[in-house]
Amino acid sequence: MSEQHITLPEGSIERVTQTLNLGPTHPATHGVFQNILEIDGERVVSSESTVGYIHRAFEKIAERRPYYQITPLTDRLNYCSSPINNMGWHITVEKLLGIQTPKRVDYLRVIIMELARICDHLICNGVVGVDTGAFTGFLYLMRWRELAYEIYEEICGSRLTTNIGRVGGFERNFTPAAFEKIEKFLVEFPKALKEFETLMNRNRIFMERTQGVGPISAERAMNYGFTGPNLRAAGVDYDLRVAHPYSSYEDFEFSIPVGTTGDCYDRFLVRNGEMWESLSIIRQAMDKVKALPADVYHADVPAYYLPEKSDVYTKMEALIYHFKIIMGESDILPGELYNAVEGANGELGFYLISDGGRSPYRLHFRRPCFIYYQAYGELIKGAMLSDALICMSSLNLIAGELDA
Amino acid sequence: MSLTNDNIKQRLTDKFGEAVSQVEETFGMLNFTVPKDLNLKVMQFLYDDEELQFRFLTDLTAVHYPDRKGEELAVVYHLYNFAQRVRLRMKVYTSVEDPRVFTATRLFEAANWMERETYDFFGVNFVGHPNLKRILNVDEMDYFPMRKEFPLEDQTRIDKDDEMFGRGGHIGI
Amino acid sequence: MARPVQYNTKVKTVEIPEGYSGEGFFATSFDKAIGLARKNSIWPLPFATSCCGIEFMATMASTYDLARFGAERMAFTPRQCDLLMVMGTISKKMGPVLRQVYLQMAEPRWVMAVGACASSGGVFDTYSVLQGIDQVIPVDVYVPGCPPRPEAIIDGFMRIQDLIGQESLRRRHSDKYKELLNSYGIQ
Repeated sequence: MSEQHITLPEGSIERVTQTLNLGPTHPATHGVFQNILEIDGERVVSSESTVGYIHRAFEKIAERRPYYQITPLTDRLNYCSSPINNMGWHITVEKLLGIQTPKRVDYLRVIIMELARICDHLICNGVVGVDTGAFTGFLYLMRWRELAYEIYEEICGSRLTTNIGRVGGFERNFTPAAFEKIEKFLVEFPKALKEFETLMNRNRIFMERTQGVGPISAERAMNYGFTGPNLRAAGVDYDLRVAHPYSSYEDFEFSIPVGTTGDCYDRFLVRNGEMWESLSIIRQAMDKVKALPADVYHADVPAYYLPEKSDVYTKMEALIYHFKIIMGESDILPGELYNAVEGANGELGFYLISDGGRSPYRLHFRRPCFIYYQAYGELIKGAMLSDALICMSSLNLIAGELDA
Repeated sequence: MSLTNDNIKQRLTDKFGEAVSQVEETFGMLNFTVPKDLNLKVMQFLYDDEELQFRFLTDLTAVHYPDRKGEELAVVYHLYNFAQRVRLRMKVYTSVEDPRVFTATRLFEAANWMERETYDFFGVNFVGHPNLKRILNVDEMDYFPMRKEFPLEDQTRIDKDDEMFGRGGHIGI
Repeated sequence: MARPVQYNTKVKTVEIPEGYSGEGFFATSFDKAIGLARKNSIWPLPFATSCCGIEFMATMASTYDLARFGAERMAFTPRQCDLLMVMGTISKKMGPVLRQVYLQMAEPRWVMAVGACASSGGVFDTYSVLQGIDQVIPVDVYVPGCPPRPEAIIDGFMRIQDLIGQESLRRRHSDKYKELLNSYGIQ
């Protein structure tokens, strides 16, 4: 074997470092990312990430689609919590058009968004468990995610890529069965989450594996553009639901869980804490919805909200609006805005430029994990190889969102 | 003391004078344009100034306006002030023939990949970027797909009938 | 707290293939015996890239439980697997990787394209997305849906089982099969 000439850091164990190609189809990585690691024995010396393996050109497609056809694209950004993306897009368009949604629509949206947040954190924390060797938690929580999916199904008919809602509200009212299922979820899920926390939170093995792994200071995290649970784990209480409330989040009372060190354990705890907060928000929203008239589920904007199908067949006006919306003839104001919602893994922003045409002139998605994944190299520097993998799963990287 | 858009506007014009142009407020967010060789200076000022403290780069992207001669590409920065919870949008125009803009990577680590993405999509050449190469597309790609003149669809594909699949731009109505 | 324990008393056995049986012996063709064994012990290789991968997660987790069909072990090494399940969008950057994974698998191997993107590119008729994985590797079963429900994935899986059970032992040596592989540039 030929001698390799690589300068090694002081105190290194091996004579030469090795290059390890982790991904894009490595079994231990979740999602398709390639990391070329330079390892000294078991320690990571440096790493280089390659992304773009499922680049689908969302932004280019969005320039060719009418506004209502962009909702299905947003589903496929962060597919673990599609409803948040859908709502984010609807709220952005409503802001552009100046549509005021009724309170009940806002509260129904809050219910769906918080359910989605729970689902997303369930998967992320479950997977962190799997990577540290606790498959139990994942299998156990999956059952509750199925229950949440049943709720989505009851509301919009789809499980994962929901395409929930329309600009101006929801496509149909929540059925009584949907409310029943949400109530059931609210009663049963806390028990499961409690058990999950009992299993993991103070588990010696789990703590040893995650504490001090992939830490980041608040300054570095902000400089790297961290948002969402990962930034909060570093100790910054930045939450868009509080900082720039949308969809009537200002009516709810909840706290923002924050960590201190920004390591994997803190990220895990922050996500767990957020699930509890989400549960409490859903509870409050359910009570608020009950107090409001039950037949309001969309804003009164006939020019942008598709009329009932039965009206289209019988009423002239409804037919005209239906035609105009489908053909993209409804007036969209020219304008430029940036609107962001608190996605499950960070600030999901929509930068929309409209030139008055039927499709946006330019639509840019600020995808949180694309921005914070670049810190991965710094997070794992000097860590063990197995810690690098836990670090990756605890960042909650979703390939679909990362590559857009 | 709370930071208002008027304050920011005042501070910027005090410091840079006429260089800060097209100052307007859309949907509650301050929007302005600076010449492309001043982008770093303005960002540094916004970052350092005790009153302004825009120390978070929310978003960086570009927009292509093929009809504006000499300033076809607009690089758009969204900056954020954590303490006062204020956003602002800064734009830099550059021509498509000479798309050179100074990099913001020294100021914000977050700009690294966002600039690479902007280069990948629009071909904006960020001067001083440590590793400016394609990020999402394949390395062999020889054009910048998000520019308006390039089609969305894969042109090599023959099994989808263009008429039936509504390919080639807007759905023909 | 005591938990109730249930034992599964409804164990379903596979049907005995056609053949001659007498006292102390049972004779059938190799095709049938090997097909039976193969189809009930598939080792899938989940090649999950995006949304469909999450539905696959649901398929293999507790509620739907793919393990009931003999696919207990998910292996992530192509060398040991018989069934490549491609779930999610395959971009042009990913295409060569997918092909490499397919080439590493040992014969006999089967491929299942789960979801619209893997089957045809789906809604992403764009410059960066491979318009169906059948442009780089041969596919046995396509599962429609965006993403398909877990039931649909299981249905696709059962169709793969049917294919495997009925496959002739000589198929992989036939000229027709070689021709198929040659059309993809695989020797």
